[in-house]
Amino acid sequence: MSLLNVSGLDVYYGSIHAIKDISFEVNEGEIVTLIGANGAGKSTTLNTIAGLLKPRNGNVLLNGKNLLGTPAHKIVKEGMALCPEGRRIFHQLTVRENLEMGAYTGDGTGLLEDLDMVTDLFPRLKERYKQVAGTLSGGEQQMLAMGRALMSHPKILMLDEPSMGLAPILVEQIFDIIKRLHSKGTTILLVEQNAQMALSVADRGYVLETGRIVTTGTGKELLNNDSVRKAYLGG
Amino acid sequence: MLSYLINGISLGSVYAIIALGYTMVYGIAKMLNFAHGDVIMIGGYMAFCSTSYLGWPAIPSVLFSIIVCTMLGIVIERLAYKPLRDASSLAVLITAIGVSYFLQNAALLIWSSNPKAFPNMVDLPNLVVGDIQISSVAIVTIIACIVIMIALTMFTTKTKLGKAMRAVSEDKGAAQLMGINVNATISMTFAIGSGLAAIAGVLLCSAYPTLMPTTGAMPGIKAFTAAVFGGIGSIPGAMLGGILLGIIEIFAKAYISTQLSDAIVFAVLIIVLIVKPTGLLGKKMAEKV
Repeated sequence: MSLLNVSGLDVYYGSIHAIKDISFEVNEGEIVTLIGANGAGKSTTLNTIAGLLKPRNGNVLLNGKNLLGTPAHKIVKEGMALCPEGRRIFHQLTVRENLEMGAYTGDGTGLLEDLDMVTDLFPRLKERYKQVAGTLSGGEQQMLAMGRALMSHPKILMLDEPSMGLAPILVEQIFDIIKRLHSKGTTILLVEQNAQMALSVADRGYVLETGRIVTTGTGKELLNNDSVRKAYLGG
Repeated sequence: MLSYLINGISLGSVYAIIALGYTMVYGIAKMLNFAHGDVIMIGGYMAFCSTSYLGWPAIPSVLFSIIVCTMLGIVIERLAYKPLRDASSLAVLITAIGVSYFLQNAALLIWSSNPKAFPNMVDLPNLVVGDIQISSVAIVTIIACIVIMIALTMFTTKTKLGKAMRAVSEDKGAAQLMGINVNATISMTFAIGSGLAAIAGVLLCSAYPTLMPTTGAMPGIKAFTAAVFGGIGSIPGAMLGGILLGIIEIFAKAYISTQLSDAIVFAVLIIVLIVKPTGLLGKKMAEKV
């Protein structure tokens, strides 16, 4: 049984049909990526799974348990963490407080170990521990957002455009970390506009076009797929 | 001169405690709760009833007043504001004004418009230093204000719930993704603000012992001014704004004109907002994106 199973998802923004009958699954330990152009519905899909948007139809099963109708703040406890588009860290809280918020659903035991785990992964955050998060650079903010999401020990980590707005060297750093998380067994659902990078780390991928899944395959297959190459990889 | 200053700080402390309620609710729900001043009045009546009618001693009746106002705050939020969570801010503002009138008129029905003489809740001797006399109410008020300020600062910076409150005030969506229950946090903010309003009501009525259904209106408006003056959304700002406003008001009354004192207070507010639109300690908008 797959860890995350999404089936027949339909999401509307008012009268706009944003997500049309999307079904996909993520198995334990996999990196699965959703790629597609701007407005294809990638972020909408993640926000729906995280409970921020209510779908009109469909099911979201995590370990066989249906999460539909569960409010967003309870979904975290079920083992799902979304690192949202645009990072959305708490600018006026310190780096440490941001990470503590990531562990909000925990009971406080193991907080220090978890903070160490995240700062091992992102040593830069340790240097900025007491700093107000709004003063961090873009790359550091992305690291903080990812670290914050990891603090809840999610069964599945959803990353929405982690490379957005970052310099190429930082994009590589972020993807190195994604690979490291993968090698440690973290299950990741990755949404990216940078299809090249995303497909090169992903086990499997789904291509979204105007709210529908049009192609699926392993990361390698999609990288070599002609229509995907033309549309998203620049020939 | 010194006694004016102390009176000013004392009055300002009351404004500050009320302003904290405005500023916390604004910070988290992004709304101006214009019924806040009337919660003060209800707090005053609750303390009045429990001492004058039931003969309770001061401390239990203050606690009673805090409990009633805390619950009132939660109920107001649940019934009047929560259904408007996604409505325009104008609709929320009008609702808040409606709640304010509702509370005033309910008080008018229950207690009539006759002023009630507020009992002396602070049964302590006045402090005499040299040839000036400082009223015990003023001292209790200033101490209460300092204690509340320290307690709130500790709460928002040291406790998990307090930090969650700051997170919600910045980004509700992201806070939900952390597992924070946004609705419960907003309820809690109203509860704290209204509990503080009860304390402010008792202190205000102890200093100016006539209690009417409109008692809370003017201090409510002034405390709102204080919150804007200090920088709305900022807890130290509300404190500073409140105390400065109290001092300005008392000095204006003493040295310029009793009738003009309110006009002078608001004129100072306008000048501050022209020079520094976010208020004295308002949040700087500059941040790295």
